[in-house]
Amino acid sequence: MPETASVVASAGGRPPALAARHITKRFPGGVVANEAVDLDVAAGEIHALLGENGAGKSTLSNCFTGLYRPDEGTIALDGVPVEFHSPRDAIEAGIGMVHQHFRLVEPFTVAENVLLGDHGRVRRSEAEARVAELGERYGLEVDPSARVWQLSVGQQQRVEIIKALSREARLLILDEPTAVLTPQESESLFEVLRRMTAEGRSVIFISHKLDEVRAVADRVTVLRDGRSEGTHPVAGTASRDLARLMVGRDIDLGSGPVARNEQPADDVVLRVEDLRADGDRGQAALDGISLTVHANEVLGVCGVSGNGQRELAEVIAGMRARTGGTVEVAGTTLTGADPRKAVAAGLAHVPEDRLHTGLSPSLSIEDNLALTAYRRPPLSSGPFLRRSRFRARAVDLMERYDVRAPGPTTPTRVLSGGNVQKVLLAREFSSDPKVLVAASPTRGLDVGAIETVRTLLAEAADRGVGVLLLSEDLDEILSLSDRIAVIYEGRILAVVDRADADVEELGLLMGGDTSHLDGASA
Amino acid sequence: MIRLERRVDQPAWLKVAVPAGSVLAALLAGAVMLSLTGHDALDTYQRILERGFTSQGAFTATLTAATPLLFTGLCAAVAFRMRIFNIGGEGQLIMGAVGASAAGLALGDGPLFITVVGMVVAGAACGAVWAAIAGALRAWANTNEIITTLMLNYVAANLATYLVFGSKSYWRKLDGTGAMFPQGKPLVEGAHWPSVDFGNFTVGFGFFLGTAIAIGLFVLFRSTRFGFQVKVIGDEPRAARYAGMHTKRTIFGLMALSGAIAGIGGASDVGDTRYVLDPKALQQAGYGYAGIVVAALARLNPIAVVFVAILMGGLANAGRALQGPDFPAGLVGTLQGLLLVFTLAGELFARYRVRRVVTEHADPAEPIEPAPAVTA
Repeated sequence: MPETASVVASAGGRPPALAARHITKRFPGGVVANEAVDLDVAAGEIHALLGENGAGKSTLSNCFTGLYRPDEGTIALDGVPVEFHSPRDAIEAGIGMVHQHFRLVEPFTVAENVLLGDHGRVRRSEAEARVAELGERYGLEVDPSARVWQLSVGQQQRVEIIKALSREARLLILDEPTAVLTPQESESLFEVLRRMTAEGRSVIFISHKLDEVRAVADRVTVLRDGRSEGTHPVAGTASRDLARLMVGRDIDLGSGPVARNEQPADDVVLRVEDLRADGDRGQAALDGISLTVHANEVLGVCGVSGNGQRELAEVIAGMRARTGGTVEVAGTTLTGADPRKAVAAGLAHVPEDRLHTGLSPSLSIEDNLALTAYRRPPLSSGPFLRRSRFRARAVDLMERYDVRAPGPTTPTRVLSGGNVQKVLLAREFSSDPKVLVAASPTRGLDVGAIETVRTLLAEAADRGVGVLLLSEDLDEILSLSDRIAVIYEGRILAVVDRADADVEELGLLMGGDTSHLDGASA
Repeated sequence: MIRLERRVDQPAWLKVAVPAGSVLAALLAGAVMLSLTGHDALDTYQRILERGFTSQGAFTATLTAATPLLFTGLCAAVAFRMRIFNIGGEGQLIMGAVGASAAGLALGDGPLFITVVGMVVAGAACGAVWAAIAGALRAWANTNEIITTLMLNYVAANLATYLVFGSKSYWRKLDGTGAMFPQGKPLVEGAHWPSVDFGNFTVGFGFFLGTAIAIGLFVLFRSTRFGFQVKVIGDEPRAARYAGMHTKRTIFGLMALSGAIAGIGGASDVGDTRYVLDPKALQQAGYGYAGIVVAALARLNPIAVVFVAILMGGLANAGRALQGPDFPAGLVGTLQGLLLVFTLAGELFARYRVRRVVTEHADPAEPIEPAPAVTA
């Protein structure tokens, strides 16, 4: 959009909505999260902050929201210098933030959440009216009297935005807002943002996805290793150039298939038939799922978050009771819900919640690497643990999987997302599994770590492991899978070969639209 | 400006330096308080040291006072390690005393070895059953164990009182003075637990047993599969379930273990010290609750529990011996309170690093910052 660029160029007339100069933020241990970052956000602009995980995007935005105080540098809003001593200062100055992990009180209603933090007498009916009014004005439809836990993730995000708007936010910062949304939901979010900027409000859009930045932003500032790589108009900059700025090297941009050597074999290693299970709230989450995964094969299951993926992974892994159907891992029929039996049958599982389900966060890396193998030799003999073997195994696996950490006794909670996933994969592959169930294995990881994880999954398939990949990231499904299944409301709507897959059709199926399948094989 | 930063790794020396510093700071604060109330702090501490530890017979009395705290401290430490809050050491100890005194009365005429083993086993079994009730409720019915163990303390205390004061039970002495004043039936002299004389002081069998249990627990937590499970379940139950650990069984087992230890403490009270089931004295002593303090001061380390129990036992013993017009009656309690507060506050320094930061503006609302992730 060249006209936006010209607005910015004529900024001499009107000061930018937000002008940050030389923002520097250091953390203990010598980590410099931001170094002399300059950022100008014009009024009425959607400004993207692009960078890998750990590039300093969240730290920078936390400096704008008063959560952190920069060690050096100045911030001015509409030309007026400001200094925030607390998040409240920032809110009063008109800065709103939608965090990646929502800050909502789940048992409260939407209106009550919007009221939170207000002073003085509050009236529920007024709050509900305000939520409804804001919702209508920006296209953020959500029931004001619904309780937050009843809402989908996308709806919860709307509540966060309404919360910020009801506090008169003139600058809204969104941290990776689309990570939890479907393509359709993302598109409607973009529409909301456009309506806001049309009113003269500004948006900082934090992302590491190039196509999104391209779709929504006017200008983009690239962060790498805490430094700004400059601000660029989106329209005049090639994606490849942005990617190079972001990672500091050339990368393979497309979601082309990850290289594989072996073709799927004939023998079935995972067979799921007519599987039924209830979700956490007692609703039917799996409604008769049947799947087969062969050795050397990656079966990608794509679908919008919350359509039964988590439950499917948990039932196969023996962590959730089923209400019907069978699961067979490498020829062993699993009865009852017992993770130990699933592991014994040859199953490895990378859960969606890596840090709190896959790992015990305060425990050391060496303990976590032993989490599923500790009860058998060589890690234990009789009731006793062999601690020296814990250590040796950890040193070996950390080396082989390139886990970057101070040492094997470092607690896993201080590791970066990529290293957490490497610890988890190292452990799961070390049991020499026949089947791997991986749920959103690259969610929240940076480009480098995503590449590593995908390569590890592809290598596993080449070794003969049957991989069941559950992901909301369609690009990931397309780049890794041999076959693709679409899950919707606990059912598999279609299974197609990767070669015959059409992105648009998959997108429609993910939304539950099967009309184009009429008369076809479904 | 002073800022707190979370430590990524705790260096080993801190684990000793922080508790030692906390004790010193507590003594200093106590000294200030003593001086302000017109006492000579140095003299007071010296007298506590003498009557608690160094004078003739003092250490024997201190160990006697420390023994029940050792057991209830271990009882609390064991459960708290898995974040199971067993507040029921009190009741489990009383039930242990009930069981052990019955065994002692029944087996008292046999060989001492059999009597002692019988009392220990009976005490452990009764304590374990009492704790296992709350353990089962927690594991399979998800009942809050703080409430159930606390309530069971009252049940146990009332049951013991009933046995001695409210009924003509096996435990009650009915002949002699017992006909007039309700009291427990004493063990025959041949059933008294042995002790070892070290010249200057005597150590009862119960203290040896408690120390052995402490060492056993240290090994259990450090290098057994059960200990590993306890560590994982305590840190993240979801990860434990994921790893196929039997969380419920472990909760049940750990509670039973915790209760058994307190129960042996009750057996030791009967066998080592009182030679009779004395419900009133047990309730007044409040060993179970004091044990929670001991466990907290020892940071749930079983070996440290031994030393903390001796320290607290010494303070209690000195306080009893010194009580009088020139020695403030509340001093020992105050010192114990100071120790607890300073040790728990000292935890902050073990977890966080304090750093001075030079800025122009002091900032009262500075949040405690999370440690930065170790970046890939």
